[in-house]
Amino acid sequence: MTTARPERLWRRTVAGVPYLWLLVFFLAPFAIVLRISFADPLIGQPPFTPFYDEAQGIQLTADNYRFLTEDDLYWVSYLKSVRIAAVATLLCLLIGYPMAYGIARARAVWRNVLLLLVILPFWTSFLLRVYAWMGMLSGQGVVNKTLLALGLVDQPVQILYTDLAVYLGIVYTYLPFMILPLYATLERLDGDLLDAAADLGGRPRQAFLDITLPLSVPGVVAGSMLVFIPALGEFVIPSLLGGLDTLMIGRTLYDEFFVNRDWPLASAVATVLVLILVLPIVVFQRFSQLDREVTR
Amino acid sequence: MKRQGRSPTFLFSCLCFGFAFLYIPILVMIAYSFNDSRLVSVWTGFSLRWYGALWENEQIIDAALLSLRIAFVSATLATALGTLAALAITRMGRFRGRTLFSGMLAAPLVMPEVITGLSLLMLFVSLEGLIGWPLGRGADTITIAHITFSMAYAAVVVQARLTTMDRALEEAAMDLGCRPMGVTFDIILPLIAPAMLSGWLLAFTLSLDDLVIASFVSGPESSTLPMVIYSKVRLGITPDVNALAAVIVAIVGIGVAIAGWLMARMARTGAGRSA
Repeated sequence: MTTARPERLWRRTVAGVPYLWLLVFFLAPFAIVLRISFADPLIGQPPFTPFYDEAQGIQLTADNYRFLTEDDLYWVSYLKSVRIAAVATLLCLLIGYPMAYGIARARAVWRNVLLLLVILPFWTSFLLRVYAWMGMLSGQGVVNKTLLALGLVDQPVQILYTDLAVYLGIVYTYLPFMILPLYATLERLDGDLLDAAADLGGRPRQAFLDITLPLSVPGVVAGSMLVFIPALGEFVIPSLLGGLDTLMIGRTLYDEFFVNRDWPLASAVATVLVLILVLPIVVFQRFSQLDREVTR
Repeated sequence: MKRQGRSPTFLFSCLCFGFAFLYIPILVMIAYSFNDSRLVSVWTGFSLRWYGALWENEQIIDAALLSLRIAFVSATLATALGTLAALAITRMGRFRGRTLFSGMLAAPLVMPEVITGLSLLMLFVSLEGLIGWPLGRGADTITIAHITFSMAYAAVVVQARLTTMDRALEEAAMDLGCRPMGVTFDIILPLIAPAMLSGWLLAFTLSLDDLVIASFVSGPESSTLPMVIYSKVRLGITPDVNALAAVIVAIVGIGVAIAGWLMARMARTGAGRSA
């Protein structure tokens, strides 16, 4: 097939321009981070040793990675991030599943309204939604006032600047990411299967456990990964709602960079975080592919 | 709905609890923006003084204008690039490096912001050392960073439309001798225009909302609105931020209402409906 020249140019532009953009502004930066993570910090501009030195040749050092394993701060940060992200994901699932199920079961006219209500907070500022919880949880905030009024506590309890506040913040801001994929799988669930189960005398509870739950697994995995992955690297929530000991790795990296100004070490922290994220990302991709094949 | 897996009362109370959880904090935040007291959580009376203070705060106004400018430019370019990328993935068949391409396109969706921000800053610093561009950092570098991560979102939205829409029209045009470029401009683009608009709105919101990436790649002269808000609230609650939040929620509410109205109208006239 002979293609005219403008056509060939057009084909090249369609794929080439975004490709080039991503190579320069997405892949290349990673390569640079990887390379700086093997450099030594230096006082100067830029604040790390050059890759190639006329006198010493190629300079690479694994000191940053060795330091990551030696200093407790980083271990604690990574582990605590994984724990907080995992628990928050579970909480999102516990709150989000019945909500998604309820929306999927609502009358058609209500469904879109309820979905809009789930998405709407997402369009307002993330930062301000986290800030809203600073007001809710403060000493004289709504939560403490309610607890006092109910007589559950005698004096205001410290919730703001604790891990509990971080859990609340993550569940609050990421709940829509859990509900939407769950809703998508629950909504297109084949009603005939449930009818058949009912006709055959299966009780609703049994039908839920045997049919609805197993068939919604792709949605559960997709939603969980959409919450877990960004929560793992979260910076804003632990820094605004957490205490000084709420060490999450996103915050540690930020401080390493902006407070300690140790670029090579911050790069090493980032590289390890990417490695930790590879597994959940692969799981997520596999399941969304599986989901697509099932529904095709 | 007759089928009942679980008692409707249980689901209904779950929904009520869930929506209360989602909306009470926002409503409380807005309510306290009308509070006269400087101590945010002690109610002393109705007042609009914080809205006045907001209006006179030049730092916030300047930051908001800068954020809007960056969001407009980056959303527009991100939608253009994202649409091209979606076309390449869905309409170009196999081409060399396709796997790497789709991987790079999806990765920003799940990459933690601290990493995207850090790596882009490293790139800008390295480029400045190598070729003298970009000279320092500011609005331009923030715009480039925002294009890079929001084009992935725009591409996802447009791609969803491209994979689900009926290809009969395209095929008919091809059969009648229309070339791919013509098909793209005359047939595909009008059909995906609503998806491009959603992608643009998503990119615009993401850019307006971003704190972490902008903090990494901004210069001393360019503070975006989230950066100013963050520096104010890091030390505790301040009532003028509540007023700002109320203004933003109002704008979003009006925007959603207009978008809903537009979409309802488009659906009525038949434009933007799937073939």
